Amino acid sequence: MKFMMMMHAPRAGWETHGIGTWPPEDIQNHIKFMKAFNAELKAAGEFVDAQGLALPDQARIVRARADRSPEVTDGPYPEAKEFLAGFWIIDVDSPERAYALAARASSAPGKGGEQMSIPIEVREVMSAPPTPE
Amino acid sequence: MIEPLLRELAPQVLGAVVRRYRDFAAAEDAVQEALIAAAAQWPTDGLPDNPRGWLITVAVRRMTDHIRAEIARRRRESDTAEAATTQWPAIDDVPELGHADHDDTLVLLYMCCHPALTPSSAVALTLRAVGGLTTAEIANAYLVPESTMAQRISRAKAKVKGAGGRFEMPSAQERSARLSTVLHVIYLIFNEGYASSIGSDLVRTDLSHEAIRLARVVRTSLPREPEVAGLLALMLLTDARRAARTGPEGELIPLDEQNRGLWDHARISEGARLISSVFGSGPIGPYQVQAAIASLHDEAATVHATDWPQIAALYGALMTLEDNPMVALNHAIAVAMVDGPARGLALLADLERDARIANHYRLDAVLGHLCERAGDLPAAIAHFRRAASKTTSVPEQHYLRIKAARLAADRSD
Repeated sequence: MKFMMMMHAPRAGWETHGIGTWPPEDIQNHIKFMKAFNAELKAAGEFVDAQGLALPDQARIVRARADRSPEVTDGPYPEAKEFLAGFWIIDVDSPERAYALAARASSAPGKGGEQMSIPIEVREVMSAPPTPE
Repeated sequence: MIEPLLRELAPQVLGAVVRRYRDFAAAEDAVQEALIAAAAQWPTDGLPDNPRGWLITVAVRRMTDHIRAEIARRRRESDTAEAATTQWPAIDDVPELGHADHDDTLVLLYMCCHPALTPSSAVALTLRAVGGLTTAEIANAYLVPESTMAQRISRAKAKVKGAGGRFEMPSAQERSARLSTVLHVIYLIFNEGYASSIGSDLVRTDLSHEAIRLARVVRTSLPREPEVAGLLALMLLTDARRAARTGPEGELIPLDEQNRGLWDHARISEGARLISSVFGSGPIGPYQVQAAIASLHDEAATVHATDWPQIAALYGALMTLEDNPMVALNHAIAVAMVDGPARGLALLADLERDARIANHYRLDAVLGHLCERAGDLPAAIAHFRRAASKTTSVPEQHYLRIKAARLAADRSD
């Protein structure tokens, strides 16, 4: 079964507390942890895809106008407390395994090497592309 | 090694088949099947006596299967005599094996880089039809599913056909514009491999080598085109620095911090010899100027021993050849190395008003470096952080974040 693991980052405080403000060795350790995590997923044969996303100030929301041309606005919703920083798609045998891997990603070291406990949203991937609910 | 041989033979075989049957799209599919068959059989059965003839024979067999199926289909669809009157060469006629014709490769390149195609379609078609790569290899290198790449290639072929693209040399008037498209496509392939060459990502590194190989093939056909030599030299001189430009964790190492001992000196001397032999021998173009700049960097023992006045002058010349704010940005960097950061920052002030680049992370990154050199650390940190939040390249983002973090740590020490 395939799952998407979505890593959320708090929107508030990004400028003052985000990774860009950490000491250099903490940034390096975080990067090293994430690289090792991806390598483990690949070695276990559970990796499907993983991508980091550009920051939300570059995000846009697109809707079709009546004439079907794109209407582009800044997005996502500015009142949101968190933004999607990146995701993994994994192919595993059970939801429990997906939760274990999500917990591993969540435990990435942050500032001062402390465990971050990043919230990771785990969603099972359905068998066809999305349709609106 | 079978793969390099197959890649070398691919355009020659395709040239022979397409010249015979005219149907480029079908011939290209047939050659791809022949290449895949060879890759499967030759390692166990051994190399045939005449590999090129073997490939042509297999491709022609596939082609005749295709023609038979096509005739049957037309008969089914219309009871007219149309199918019977279509002129196809006799099925048993194998094209003459003749000598490898380098012009065939060039004509194929002109077709694959047809102006009707988008850059990504031209890149994909070129890699398959001229480069002899399989669809799976191209899909791997561009990180998309194989079915997506297969579709992109077949749509590109349909588009070339729809735009009247034919297997023939473009007219003399058209040729120079078409050549510059070919060179642009080759350079795109190179940059895709180079920009993403992170540590062990060998599949993508291979794209740079493929681009260099294609440029060598073009140079064989057009030895007197200075821009062809310029592009080849530029790619050799850039690729020479590959091993030094990333650290063990895949982090980017900028030119001034690279271990120059890791540079590939054979590539440097080949590129430098090439550019000095053509520079000024004909009309100067952007690739020659960029190659000349790259050779000044590559031949300097240290960043301070670099001939920055000459580099600034060459970027100035490049600015008159193309209106590109990236070139103006590089010019400002070189000027700052000659006349100090304040001069560079003054030039960048103009660029900050240029909408094409004002929001680009590179502008912030360069502002960061110049503010750092000017001693304005708070501004430098802010620019590096902003650049990190704008770039979409992960190694670049790591580099910029760590750079800002180091400056912040220095300040608080």
